[in-house]
Amino acid sequence: MERKGILEVESLTKTYRSGERELTVLSDVSFSIGEGSTCAIVGPSGSGKTTLLGLCAGLDRPTSGTVRLDGIALENQDEEALAELRNEKVGFVFQTFQLIPTLTALENVMVPLELRGERRVAERARELLVQVGLDDRATHFPPQLSGGEQQRIALARAFVNRPRILFADEPTGNLDSDTGEKIEQLIFRLNEEAGTTLVLVTHDPELAGRTQRIIRLKGGRVVSDDLSSSEAATVVRFRK
Amino acid sequence: MKILSPWIWKMAWRDSRASRRRLLLFVSSITLGVAALVAITSFGYNLRERVDHQAKELLGADLEVSSRDEFSDELVEAFDDISTRRSHQISTSTMAFFPKNGGTRLVQLRALEGEFPYYGELVTDPPQAGQRFKQGRYALVDDGLMVQMDAQVGETVRLGNLQFTILGRLIEIPGEAPVAAMVGPRVYIPYNLMSETGLITLGSRARWRAFFKLDPQQDPLAIEEDLRQRFRHERLGIDTVQERKRELGAAIENLYSFLNLVGFVALLLGGIGVASSIHLYLKQKISTVAVLRCLGAVSRQTFTVYLLQAAGLGLISALLGGLLGLGVQMMLPYMLTDFLPVDIEFSISPAALIWGVLLGLGVTLLFALLPLLPVRRITPLLTLRADYESSGTGRDPLRWLLSGIIAVAVFAFAWAQLRDAAEAAWFVAGLAAVFALLAAVAYAIMFVTRRWFPRSAGYVLRQGLANLYRPHNQTLVLMLALGLGTFLIMTLFLVQESLLGQVSGLSGEDRPNLVFFDIQNDQLEGVREKVLQQGIQIDNEVPMVTMRVAAVKGRPVREILDEMAERRQEETREGRENREEGLGPDGPARRRWPFVREYRSTYRDHLNDAETLVEGRFTGRVEPGTSPVPISMDQRIADMMRLEIGDRITFDVQGLPLECVLGSTRDIEWERFQPAFFVVFPRGVLEEAPQFHVLVARAESTEASGQAQRAVVADFPNVSAIDLSLILSTVDEILDKVAFVIRFMALFSVITGLIVLAGAVITGRFQRIRESVLLRTLGASRRQVRRILLIEYLSLGIMAALTGLILAVAAAWALAVFAFETDYAPSPLPLALAFLLVGFLTVTIGMLNSRGILDRPPLEVLRTEEVH
Repeated sequence: MERKGILEVESLTKTYRSGERELTVLSDVSFSIGEGSTCAIVGPSGSGKTTLLGLCAGLDRPTSGTVRLDGIALENQDEEALAELRNEKVGFVFQTFQLIPTLTALENVMVPLELRGERRVAERARELLVQVGLDDRATHFPPQLSGGEQQRIALARAFVNRPRILFADEPTGNLDSDTGEKIEQLIFRLNEEAGTTLVLVTHDPELAGRTQRIIRLKGGRVVSDDLSSSEAATVVRFRK
Repeated sequence: MKILSPWIWKMAWRDSRASRRRLLLFVSSITLGVAALVAITSFGYNLRERVDHQAKELLGADLEVSSRDEFSDELVEAFDDISTRRSHQISTSTMAFFPKNGGTRLVQLRALEGEFPYYGELVTDPPQAGQRFKQGRYALVDDGLMVQMDAQVGETVRLGNLQFTILGRLIEIPGEAPVAAMVGPRVYIPYNLMSETGLITLGSRARWRAFFKLDPQQDPLAIEEDLRQRFRHERLGIDTVQERKRELGAAIENLYSFLNLVGFVALLLGGIGVASSIHLYLKQKISTVAVLRCLGAVSRQTFTVYLLQAAGLGLISALLGGLLGLGVQMMLPYMLTDFLPVDIEFSISPAALIWGVLLGLGVTLLFALLPLLPVRRITPLLTLRADYESSGTGRDPLRWLLSGIIAVAVFAFAWAQLRDAAEAAWFVAGLAAVFALLAAVAYAIMFVTRRWFPRSAGYVLRQGLANLYRPHNQTLVLMLALGLGTFLIMTLFLVQESLLGQVSGLSGEDRPNLVFFDIQNDQLEGVREKVLQQGIQIDNEVPMVTMRVAAVKGRPVREILDEMAERRQEETREGRENREEGLGPDGPARRRWPFVREYRSTYRDHLNDAETLVEGRFTGRVEPGTSPVPISMDQRIADMMRLEIGDRITFDVQGLPLECVLGSTRDIEWERFQPAFFVVFPRGVLEEAPQFHVLVARAESTEASGQAQRAVVADFPNVSAIDLSLILSTVDEILDKVAFVIRFMALFSVITGLIVLAGAVITGRFQRIRESVLLRTLGASRRQVRRILLIEYLSLGIMAALTGLILAVAAAWALAVFAFETDYAPSPLPLALAFLLVGFLTVTIGMLNSRGILDRPPLEVLRTEEVH
């Protein structure tokens, strides 16, 4: 069953100039991710995972190739349009949480909605805080929260604008395994409830295994693009 | 529009919450600059308004005519036609002798009749004395002199040959600033008693004045013009209320511009503080901006968030500055009262307040924009990679544009103050040069410490020195704030010191310090004897002959003056020149001056050590009967009369014409405690002319000088004396008062400098705290961390103080040599003190800032510091 591609990457190449040398970080990467699916991008350090994520989310511009997000070719958009696009369609979760330290938990969650100029944003933000189980921490500032709590707030912020696609960069990388496990569960639950497409960057095979598809990068190239073990298991079971 | 969407306001508000107090400190560096400007501008309005209001009191009359000679009958007839409401006054300098304790002092004696002042009043204690003193042998004596002489009302004072009963103390004279009393204390006596004092004789320096009260329909300017035309051969001084107002206005404008520029420098210094604080503040906001960009904020929005914060806080501190300024304005009249001939009533000028606040806001925004511009270039990619290309680097054309706007704005302000584009350009260039030099030294420090880093030194020293150039260093901002502050304060101080030094340089072991003058021919022997009896050494006896110019290059002076008057009329008709400009430095009054003035000339056979020959040959002696007589003139006055060597000039020596030829010109060093002469004759010509003498003497002590003065004045009441210590103390007193005002204004710069310093240190606090805590975590002792900070602040303080002081010495030297035309040698003690003080302050503020960090557990510190 081929679903419509929400993220379509074609011949993506990114090179950096470092003095005299040219450094190719990504080379001719192509794939397409269907709407509502989950996908992990894995690979060793320096394989180009994060660069790929940045390009897919419109945070950076490729040297060549195209990225289509929900049918929109990012290379044709100016910075302002890209920002609007991110605000409308994209959610982010970062390894270092990236909460704004001067805003309370609630205010952090409200930012994407406020940027859109929506009204009654506090209500919606509170809903999300309830969903991540931190409504009692609404008025706390990030430095007053634990790492796990901070990442849950970040998740609430990522889902608050009902994104079409969620990019998560090592979401559990800075957390202990118990907390990480809880965050993982939360990501997948929220993702399922909202029907969001999930793109994960990780080098945690266990986490990657929970997605439907794994794209492996090495030296800036896609070395494999498989259904993940869990997905494969489902397919196998289905065949049986 | 997305730019000013509600989110931007909310975000600016929320994001500022945690750091508001800290931010307010940053921008409060402009508060004092605004305060100074508001105070001065508002005071300026205040003053102008008072001058307008009290304009007539400035003169005390509608018109004043004065002359060095007694008014001619013809002139008095003309006076009668003008107005019968007229007062007369004769004034001269003479010695007042207080018999009770034998005190003597050179005073300005004024003999007055009539109802003057017509506007305002002679304020005296007791009050009615101002009118009653004309009814008997009474005198009014300046309050300051009464105090100095320990004299009381009812006691006597001798003036010339007469004893007067002191009827009252003079508190205030319309149109005269209190500082005038310091230079020459004033004594009033009745007009008709002046002749009996015997002080007005041939050759004595008196001035006759007539004060008029006019009818409202009479035009004082028309009368002035008429008198000038009709009596153009007489040496009349004519003064009107308009003229007084213009002169005073010009003086006030100068004072106002100067103070305003000092205030503006404080504001600029504050601007630098704002720029550096915002710069450091934004460094901590980079990740926030990157996250916001990730979440969909466009760069203009994030830029506006921080611009709004700066603007909001700028507005608050400008308003605070405005209020503070009004407080300061209330103090200014007390400080300036001695220099002002008008009473000041405090009133607030809303225009000044608004202007000051807007200026403060403008400076905040301009200087905040510089560090804000890079915010536009922060990429959202930083959320993924903190080490991603350092954001906001590369050339930004807007930066150059903004720097240009700042330079133009500073120039425009200076131009508005100085009303001279060239001077304004110098001001901007000078300021830019100081900034550039300080910045250059800062960069040099960073370069040198990095290049020649003492790798083998101990850890504490290495760490402290490394702080000077590592990222987030405070070297540049501290150098600017401290260096500029030190420079400003010390320049003012050194200039004052050099001016005082110039005066006190007159005194010395073997220099004359006492001068007797107005000695008549027949008194010379007696005065000499008296002086010698008191054990005073006589250095020099100088004869003086009064004379006037009768003809120049064969043309009678009358003809020259007629031509000048015609030209003046023509110019006035053609509207090329208005009356006001006519009295300026190049105006007709100035052009007339060398032709109409009375010359007091001497004769001798040598040039003295204050004179240098410029052109021609000095002739020291001629045979009696030589004609023309070769004379030597002051270079400047010869230039003003357009005379060349060999030109003929005829003097009228008390009725007798004397043919002369310009033999030489001299450059005269006027700053000597000895008489100087525009015209010097050779011996053999004037010996028999009516003359009087000046006796230049040297007293061992102030007491000896006082005794000699008393002895001479007792026997020769018309002889006056002045001693150097009196001049010194007067100059000292006046400079002290001026310096006080200047220092008060400079204080704004100093405190601003301290706030900027504190701001810079506190902004850098987070960075330093992280490091200190990290060091503590790694086991560094409190003492080690403290010493690291000490080394950093100590080296910064030392370098900033040194640079500021060197610049100040250079500026003071330039001012002394070029503006005051004197030698300059800085005295080391104040410089050393300033050096120590600046170093101490820097270290103290820096160390105070780390207080509280070293005593708490590292993690707790980090948590609280991150939010606040």
